[in-house]
Amino acid sequence: MSLVDVDNISIRYGANTVLSNVSLRIEAGEILTIVGPNGSGKTSLLRAIIGAVKPSKGRVTRSAGVRLGYVPQKLHIDPTLPMTVARFLSLPQAVPVADIEAALKQAGVPDLAKAQMSRLSGGQFQRVLLARALIGKPQLLLLDEATQGLDQPGSAAFYRQIETVRRQTGCAVLMISHELHVVMSASDRVICLNGHVCCEGTPEVVASAPEYRALFGSGTMGALALYRHDHDHDHHACEHNKTEAAE
Amino acid sequence: MMLDDFMMRATLAGIGVAFAAAPLGCFVVWRRMAYFGDATAHAAILGVALSLALSISVFAGALVVALMMALTVNLLSGRGYAMDTLLGVLAHSALAFGLVAVSFLSGVRIDLMAYLFGDILAVSRVDLMVIWGGAALVVALIWWRWSALLTATLNEDLAYACGIDPKREQLVLTLALAVTVAVAIKVVGVLLIAALLIIPAAAARSLSRTPEGMAMVAACIGGAATIIGLRLAYVLDTPAGPSIVCVAALIFAALSVLAKLRGASA
Repeated sequence: MSLVDVDNISIRYGANTVLSNVSLRIEAGEILTIVGPNGSGKTSLLRAIIGAVKPSKGRVTRSAGVRLGYVPQKLHIDPTLPMTVARFLSLPQAVPVADIEAALKQAGVPDLAKAQMSRLSGGQFQRVLLARALIGKPQLLLLDEATQGLDQPGSAAFYRQIETVRRQTGCAVLMISHELHVVMSASDRVICLNGHVCCEGTPEVVASAPEYRALFGSGTMGALALYRHDHDHDHHACEHNKTEAAE
Repeated sequence: MMLDDFMMRATLAGIGVAFAAAPLGCFVVWRRMAYFGDATAHAAILGVALSLALSISVFAGALVVALMMALTVNLLSGRGYAMDTLLGVLAHSALAFGLVAVSFLSGVRIDLMAYLFGDILAVSRVDLMVIWGGAALVVALIWWRWSALLTATLNEDLAYACGIDPKREQLVLTLALAVTVAVAIKVVGVLLIAALLIIPAAAARSLSRTPEGMAMVAACIGGAATIIGLRLAYVLDTPAGPSIVCVAALIFAALSVLAKLRGASA
């Protein structure tokens, strides 16, 4: 059975229809990416899956007891709210210290447990959010533009971390991104959304689909190829990333 | 017995309110809903007027109107008007209706000042029981919902993904706020309730590393402000409620300056 079954949903805010007749299934262990222009309903779809918005039509079925890990698009912590990383990771449920350290390590920021959330850099903050999502040992990880505010090497490193996590834990990943070339190379399947499902398939299929090109132009094909090329030199990039994290 | 002493009763009443206000005040500060406390408090004047007209207890009247106010705001929020506009309309109309309603109460001589600024030195044993009962209820409620409230405060979608309904948590918070306002009327009056919510919490910020720590420190600051403020009021013959708020404000100022100095030297 699928982890999540989105069955022909439509979402309306007032008179404004943001999604119509969208269906998709998320299978265990796959990396599924949703791409689409601004206002295409990507975030609404994700919010419907986590239960934050009720579809006006159709329904979302999660398999019984499925564990979700959610990384929000942005998280603003009011400066008046004191919060250590360790405390943030044990919300809403207290978790053993060992689990906190394991999750931080898995997310690539092993030494931050005692730091204040307000003192983290953008990259560290995103990784702490990832650690928080991982701590419940999710079967499905949901990421909404999780690399906003990171530069290109930073977000490439972040997505490599996601691939590593998937390899280690076998969790499925659903992510939303506008950084097509970076995300698509890591995905098993891509859905192109623009109020409805324009096209879907493997990254190569979607990138060459006329619907996709109509939305994003054909320039991204080259970027995809370029990234594939980059990807061969993964090791160097990883080493580089380690020194960066050590700073 | 010690409760025979009016100063002792006043101190205990103040500490009771400070304890309830501390964790609640932290949420008010974190969620930027300072104006909400004001609005609920202003509406409580209408409750005072109604309870005098119907000869029921002031506490009950204020509680009912404060609860109605809290529920109305909860219901109307996110439906067109910005929150501060909505609160402004509701709070000041409730206050105006309350003041007009009070003027109709001929025959009864009402000391409106007592409700605007509180009359902590006149706290009776029954008042004390109501205050501590209400405070215990609020603290228990916040304690019970603490983690869920905190998660919902950080991010609504994060809460949904954890199976927490942030709307329900906000309702818990507004109900706790209504109870606190109702019990605090006697102590600091409707005009200064928001001060007792916000100032200790804001003062506690620079001393805290975790949310729990901030709530504890806020409770201590609120308690200390009550004890020192009442003592000052006794010695200098100043109004008691405002004296408490003044001490809290001075603690806030002192801690802010200290935090700045510490930050500069570090």
